[in-house]
Amino acid sequence: MDIIRQTESKFMKAEVPEFKPGDTVKVHVKIKEGDKERIQIFQGTVIQRKGGGINETFTVRKISAGVGVERIFPLHSPTVVKIETIRQGRVRRGKLFYLRGLRGKSARIDEKKYDATQSRQVKEAKK
Amino acid sequence: MADEKEQQKPEESAVEQEEPKETPEDNTEEQASAEAQDKAPEESAAEEPPVETVEEKSEEEPKKKPVFPVKFILGRKLGMGSVYDVDGNVIPVTYIEAGPCYVTQIKDTDKDGYNSVQIAFGSKRKKHINKPLFGHLKKAGIESAKHLKEVRVNDTADIELGQEVKVDIFSTGDMVNITGTSKGLGFQGTVRRHGFAGGPKTHGQSDRLRAPGSIGQSSDPSRVFKGIRMPGRMGNDTVTTKNLKVVAIDEENNCLVVKGAVPGKRNSFVKVAVSNRTQAQA
Repeated sequence: MDIIRQTESKFMKAEVPEFKPGDTVKVHVKIKEGDKERIQIFQGTVIQRKGGGINETFTVRKISAGVGVERIFPLHSPTVVKIETIRQGRVRRGKLFYLRGLRGKSARIDEKKYDATQSRQVKEAKK
Repeated sequence: MADEKEQQKPEESAVEQEEPKETPEDNTEEQASAEAQDKAPEESAAEEPPVETVEEKSEEEPKKKPVFPVKFILGRKLGMGSVYDVDGNVIPVTYIEAGPCYVTQIKDTDKDGYNSVQIAFGSKRKKHINKPLFGHLKKAGIESAKHLKEVRVNDTADIELGQEVKVDIFSTGDMVNITGTSKGLGFQGTVRRHGFAGGPKTHGQSDRLRAPGSIGQSSDPSRVFKGIRMPGRMGNDTVTTKNLKVVAIDEENNCLVVKGAVPGKRNSFVKVAVSNRTQAQA
């Protein structure tokens, strides 16, 4: 099992930006049309991260023309070129499926004002 | 295999490899083909050449580093996973711990009537190694081995006892045949074992859903012909899956990544040999 993990890691992206469920992200996706390639941006809220290793995926939800759209991206796929975190959300669970039942104001996510890891780093730096 | 390679490779190999050979071969064709095979893994593994030159210098001039002439290795199935290709397509892969193997015996035409190499893989606890095996392994300078397998070669001149055989003999894109023992499935009916359709579910049927149907005629032969497919033990057979593509090689972890499924359970013993298709391409 260990060997699999180690070998698998060679196919994975060396650096994956940090983002969590509740964050608003821009996902840059490579799209092939015929023999042309272009980059499309999908912006929305991350509602889950799932799987481990090379099989990790994340789901982004957005409301497009009044209709909820969800896209599942394989984190380590070469088609996912870039992931930008636009806004960090304050949420209390790992899977935000409750957003599916909500619309408008109630579907908002508060912005994260206090970042635990960041403040810890600051504290350590002070020491 | 050899013939195809011969056409391309000899020119290249002639430059580097056709140094004076200790063993005069009457069959030059064989020799050339063996060399062609020798050449292939070196080309693929970029890291190998420098290592080789070092070894070359340490030894006497005409002697070169022992090269394993065939793409054949023993290993252990680790499990399956998936990998992305350049376009983002998911490829189902099997991870195989391939090698390191060690040459334990070299058979040649003079002594044994044919040319072949025996290689060893894995390890056993000391108490499980009996004296004959211990003695056999001692000759090659290794302590323990779980599996010993022989493979035919054209030329044994470049092989040394105790020589290490690693995954790097393969290269990405090679097609390989993998032989293993399939999962034992126990006593299975004809539907699962032979893919029979079974009987109808409705229209007044009872107890016919997975029935095998007729197994022959009536009073004329008054017997069941041999070879009729029937329920029985399934699996636990030696199965070869042919033409699996080598997706990647991890020399660090001795890991061979192959597209598709491989017979057997996890941790089961497998033999990996290059397929005819690779040989044709090369």
